Amino acid sequence: MKTATLVICAVFGLTVAGCGKKIKPLAPAPVSTAQADSIERARQQAVDDSLRALRERELERQRQAAALAEAREAEAIALITGTVYFDYDQSALSAEARATLDAKVPALQARPAFRIKITGHTDERGSSEYNLALGLRRAAELKAYLVANGIDAARIDISSMGEERPAAQGSNEAAWALNRRAEFVQVTGEQ
Amino acid sequence: MNSSRRLLWILTLVPALSVARGQEPQPEGVRLALTYAPGTRPAVLVLPVEGAEGDSVRAILQRDLDFDDRVTLIALDGAAARALVPRGGAELDFDRLAPFGAAAIIEARLTPAGLTVRVHDAAARKLARSADFTLPVDIYGAGWRMALHGVSDAVGLWIFGTRGAAQSRVLFTGGDGQVWVTDSDGAGARRLTSADLALSPAWRPDGSGFAFAGVSRGRWRLGVSGLAAGSTRWLGSIPTRGITITPAFSPDGRSVVYAHGDEGGTNLWSASGSENGAPRRLTPARSGDNTSPSFDPTGRRIVFTSGRAGRPDLYIMDADGTNAQPLTTSSLASRSDNGSPDWSPDGLRVAYQSQIGGSFQIVSLALRDRSSKQHTSDGENEDPSWSPDSRHVVFSSTRTGVRQLWIVDTESGRLRQLTRSAGARLPDWSPILSR
Repeated sequence: MKTATLVICAVFGLTVAGCGKKIKPLAPAPVSTAQADSIERARQQAVDDSLRALRERELERQRQAAALAEAREAEAIALITGTVYFDYDQSALSAEARATLDAKVPALQARPAFRIKITGHTDERGSSEYNLALGLRRAAELKAYLVANGIDAARIDISSMGEERPAAQGSNEAAWALNRRAEFVQVTGEQ
Repeated sequence: MNSSRRLLWILTLVPALSVARGQEPQPEGVRLALTYAPGTRPAVLVLPVEGAEGDSVRAILQRDLDFDDRVTLIALDGAAARALVPRGGAELDFDRLAPFGAAAIIEARLTPAGLTVRVHDAAARKLARSADFTLPVDIYGAGWRMALHGVSDAVGLWIFGTRGAAQSRVLFTGGDGQVWVTDSDGAGARRLTSADLALSPAWRPDGSGFAFAGVSRGRWRLGVSGLAAGSTRWLGSIPTRGITITPAFSPDGRSVVYAHGDEGGTNLWSASGSENGAPRRLTPARSGDNTSPSFDPTGRRIVFTSGRAGRPDLYIMDADGTNAQPLTTSSLASRSDNGSPDWSPDGLRVAYQSQIGGSFQIVSLALRDRSSKQHTSDGENEDPSWSPDSRHVVFSSTRTGVRQLWIVDTESGRLRQLTRSAGARLPDWSPILSR
């Protein structure tokens, strides 16, 4: 019993002695009004900073989401507006042309307000006047394929520039192959 | 003097020329028929012309007669030529002229009103024909030059009984994609349109303007224009979806036939040139692609390009679209395309482009016996159009490495270059013009 009391006293005493060394007597705080304002401003600043950081993080998140959506939209529009190429003197669709068109269909279906104009082009061989008709036949063939795959015909306008607007200059097969094509552009307004 | 070149002046009344292209009836001509060896052309000497613009007058008359391809011009210049001009109302000195071997001597004299022209018969040593011509006051201007071309054509009419085609112009699409016009001798070229693109100009039969296939605000439209720059009007009666190309006026000028293409193919249509009434389709639906119509001079028939049998070939149909018959079938056998036909103003021939050995050449086909004649062989030669006298054909050619307009004499094969600026094509030769 005596031992226990001693231990408790010892512990208590040490504690009291220790505290007694460190704690200074409390005095009335000599804080001016100006100092109080300063402290308050600092506190407010800290709050503002963290709120701003939050807002910026949110905006950044939104920006990234928008950029992603934009990139996806651009990808879809690039699909829709991708050029289709043709064989010499042909308006029939090659397997490659069909694959390009097949990729356009879901993108067009997902965007029911998106209207397009398909313009057919030819290489420089053949009569320039008759080539305007050949270019139109190419555009008509592409439109028919899209309509057969469920795209509303009213959304697709067709035209032709024949050999008038070559994509590549030159009188060789490499240039001709690039020029036998149909271009797809988004139609806005009257055009 | 070579006896085969001796002249026999035979006076023959020539009836007024055909009004096939709506041209005004020619004043009654007196034909000074010449006898000379077959295959040769009578030699003509144009004497120097006195006066400030005399050299220009003589140069234009000589050039026109040269381009006309019916005479051989005797080249004589300088003091030797000037010494032959009679002074002060004196008569021609036929003795001094004899060594030059001319069948006809042309003497022109500037007057206050214009020009007096005399044609002398060298063999008979006498004046054969004389007339006064009024020239506009804009010396060296477009109207002045055109009036002089008229003088050249009158001289051709006197000598041969048929008029030449100097007093005419050629419309074409330039390298800038706009419609241009140039005189038949290549002078006075100027731009007439300012569309996004202006192709296939086609004269109104009265020469007052033209129609063309244009792109404006992203759409094909049929434009009609006068000969002043910036006078384009777009025909509103034609749908602007698809394509609208290759117009041609009917000889009476009342309607314009053109090709319009949509999802169902490209067909020939007829619309009123004055814009009243809906256009009427001439070629049957689903008959392939049909383009490039050209009327015969009576306006009853149309020659055009059609791909209805596979590759493009020429067909002739009635102007209402019935009775279509193939005119060429070579594309089937040789896999070569035929296209861009132009019916000659005299109604006898059709000029067109035909793929021969892989490149387009100008060919004319006589409708009476279906015989054909190839007029070119060098480079790509396309878009033929007949001169109003049905003798020459203007066409585009790459023979120099750059596309230009050239003119070929369908009788002799002689060629001359009409334009000098790169990229000229799709020409249409006018009827005889009055100014």
